[in-house]
Amino acid sequence: MTATESNTPLVSVRNLKIGAVTDSGREVEIIKGVDFDIAPGEILALIGESGSGKTTIALSLMGHTRTGCSIQGGQIRVGENDVTAMSRRARAGMRGTEVSYVPQSAAAAFNPSKRIIDQVIETTEIHKLMPRSTARAKAVELFRALALPDAENIGSRYPHQVSGGQLQRLSAAMALISDPQLVIFDEPTTALDVTTQIEVLRAFKSIMAAGGCAGVYVSHDLAVVAQIADRIVVLRGGEVQEEGTTDQILNAPHHPYTKELLAAFEPSPHQVIASTMDDKQEPILEVRNLFAGYGTVRKGEPPVKVLKDVSFRLERGRNLGVIGESGSGKSTLARAVAGILPAYSGEILMNGRQTHHDLAKRSKEELRRTQIVFQLADTALNPGHSIGSILARPLTFYHGLRGKAREARVIELLDMVHLPGNMRHRVPSELSGGQKQRVNLARALAAQPELILCDEITSALDTVVAAAILDLLKELQNELGLSYMFISHDLSTVEAICDDVLVMFKGEIVEALPALRMSDLATHPYSRLLISSIPKLSTGWLSSLEQDPELIAQFANR
Amino acid sequence: MPRSLLPYYLVLQRLGIALLTLVIVSFAVFFATALLPGDVAEILLGQAATPEAVAGLREAMGLDEPALSRFIGWLTGLFQGDLGTSYVNNMEVADLIGGRLSNSLRLAAVTTLVSVPIALTLGICAAMWRGSIFDRAVSILTISVISVPEFMVATLAVLIFAVWLGWLPALSYGANVDSWGAILRAYAMPVISLSFVVSAQMIRMTRAAVIETINTPYVEMALLKGASLSRQVLRHALPNAFGPIANAVALSLSYLVGGVIIVETIFNYPGVAKLMVDAVSTRDLPLIQSCAMIFCVSYLSLITLADVIAVLSNPRLRK
Repeated sequence: MTATESNTPLVSVRNLKIGAVTDSGREVEIIKGVDFDIAPGEILALIGESGSGKTTIALSLMGHTRTGCSIQGGQIRVGENDVTAMSRRARAGMRGTEVSYVPQSAAAAFNPSKRIIDQVIETTEIHKLMPRSTARAKAVELFRALALPDAENIGSRYPHQVSGGQLQRLSAAMALISDPQLVIFDEPTTALDVTTQIEVLRAFKSIMAAGGCAGVYVSHDLAVVAQIADRIVVLRGGEVQEEGTTDQILNAPHHPYTKELLAAFEPSPHQVIASTMDDKQEPILEVRNLFAGYGTVRKGEPPVKVLKDVSFRLERGRNLGVIGESGSGKSTLARAVAGILPAYSGEILMNGRQTHHDLAKRSKEELRRTQIVFQLADTALNPGHSIGSILARPLTFYHGLRGKAREARVIELLDMVHLPGNMRHRVPSELSGGQKQRVNLARALAAQPELILCDEITSALDTVVAAAILDLLKELQNELGLSYMFISHDLSTVEAICDDVLVMFKGEIVEALPALRMSDLATHPYSRLLISSIPKLSTGWLSSLEQDPELIAQFANR
Repeated sequence: MPRSLLPYYLVLQRLGIALLTLVIVSFAVFFATALLPGDVAEILLGQAATPEAVAGLREAMGLDEPALSRFIGWLTGLFQGDLGTSYVNNMEVADLIGGRLSNSLRLAAVTTLVSVPIALTLGICAAMWRGSIFDRAVSILTISVISVPEFMVATLAVLIFAVWLGWLPALSYGANVDSWGAILRAYAMPVISLSFVVSAQMIRMTRAAVIETINTPYVEMALLKGASLSRQVLRHALPNAFGPIANAVALSLSYLVGGVIIVETIFNYPGVAKLMVDAVSTRDLPLIQSCAMIFCVSYLSLITLADVIAVLSNPRLRK
């Protein structure tokens, strides 16, 4: 704080209150009196979980609130502007010129029907800042500074023709074209793969340092923020929990919540249970030379081939992790094993017995043994059904339970996932994200399976909630003797729950590693690139990180 | 296939589907009309007809041939532009329809010119000022128009403008069309009645399509660049709503060729719809079939056109 007191801060927010009207017409306060300052040239991070109000606060700096929300009180000053007291027209005049915005998902924030360059320089056109030719030249300069390939011509493409990492950097160029005093980064790397994230973070960092403008960096990921921010504000439930320099927050946190966040970042490693099974027992799942793809199979091959020659074994009571980036085929593998996407070649053996590739041709008993839990509980749970009837369906289907017995079992299942029994009367929309994921898991447990395929089940959850789900999975494993096949892009999650890990790249398994010694034993260049790309909780990690550019060119999705 | 050819491939595919649908529809039309109760020969000869005379006439008209061979004969005739001969007055069906069709198309064209711009403007404005008094007024108006049957609108229009006020002629056909003013007056009432009916659906669909795109992150991005409301809507939201809007417009306009029977009757306007109803009452099968085919063709071509617009306006399918 001493740095900001010595000169006038660029931004000062005092007692900011933002309210929202819920669907039922009730008014709730979502930001409850927040204060902070940002000095010129400083990058401030707003850290918190979903619902903490971090994005709401960041958007309010531009005088914008999303549908249903409104600024109820307090003061926001950005440069000379009193944002809270400005007219609508004046706010529009400030947006893009003095304060600009880098969106969470550039893929969604670029208009699909307009060329990139027109969108990048649109701000200069709206506010009549400079002639079109000057703006184009400046954009190309920014593209170069952001290390974009083919800076001269990339602008003439449409958004769907460039990669996600490139779009995210292009959106930074869009924010910087007007030389703003303040740039708001709204979770700009959350949607990217880790190997892509590094390049984008580097580009942001260098261009912010060169431009000298201040920034607000909204994120839930402390490790990412550690690389780029000068100071961190920790938020929870619309209130500031702790504020301090990045070093202080990472190394000497005061507030218990900050400590909890830091602790959740490093989940306790999985204790490998010594295999009690004798060697004669068949593995619960064995996959031999599996090939799978999308589209109509013609002459024994589909047009889009995804999985190529995948083989692995999963012993009973052990957990197998599958890691890889988007497009690596890890979810396809889960779908092929589950039979949702029938493989066109290869063998799937469950308990040593060959299983049909197509879900529809498997016996009820085979179906019962293997259950799948999907990433998004929101879409996997029917919004029109109560939790009770969602859990009752598999009970009737697999076990023929009805009436009282079924209801008792539903309560038991809810208890297993640590939810109160009376939750069976609610519908999914009345539950939090973590609760929904627990119900999603309980539905899989209803079948009394032996193997659960977990497809990115913690990816959409906040760190603290995800850590609790992982603990639950471990507990259920001890009680019920389950095996998990755990698919994730997040190495620390996989480390926390798995015994063995498969690294996938473009539909192939490049390496199989023991979970606890992944970084030591990895020999395949892609595994090493992936492992080294995971951000570490230290401020100097990004600057000191050195990766072989040839390796990146070969493997990264940029 | 190179990616740049993809949109053309998709367009060709749509056209192929349209053609196939047309053949299926012609099949349905032919056999559905064949199922109509009553025998043409009996009706033509009247109650005094002897069984021998009826049989003779049936043979002369080719009605005793198997249905399938009659269908094939009719279909090949259609492709050669021969619509057949009316059973009732032995005139060429093409001649009977010709004048009526141009009447119908003229009415449809004028209605389109009036209703489409108004409907799109109202729909877009309602989406832009969503939740405002203007939006609510438009919504209430469109719902009332959808709920009120068109014969009510048309009859009320006649009652008010022709009978009480005497401003407009009650019959449009045969009215004085010497000057522009006279044409406007002659067409005013049918066009107003039809515009009411077809606009309501277009307004609602346009509003929904535009609102859906307004709620996207890229429109919020435009807002955060400082773009004005009209820029957000017209430059960012609208181009991405072309596909659904084109479909809504096509659906509404397809009504103008075949579905206007009530309006044609009330204003005594000699269009195709009225011709078809007359043909049904006289069991004039060739005429019924030809009218039905005209309605199907116009419907199919409008829908196909909308599909093609949707394909071509999607930048993801462009080079």
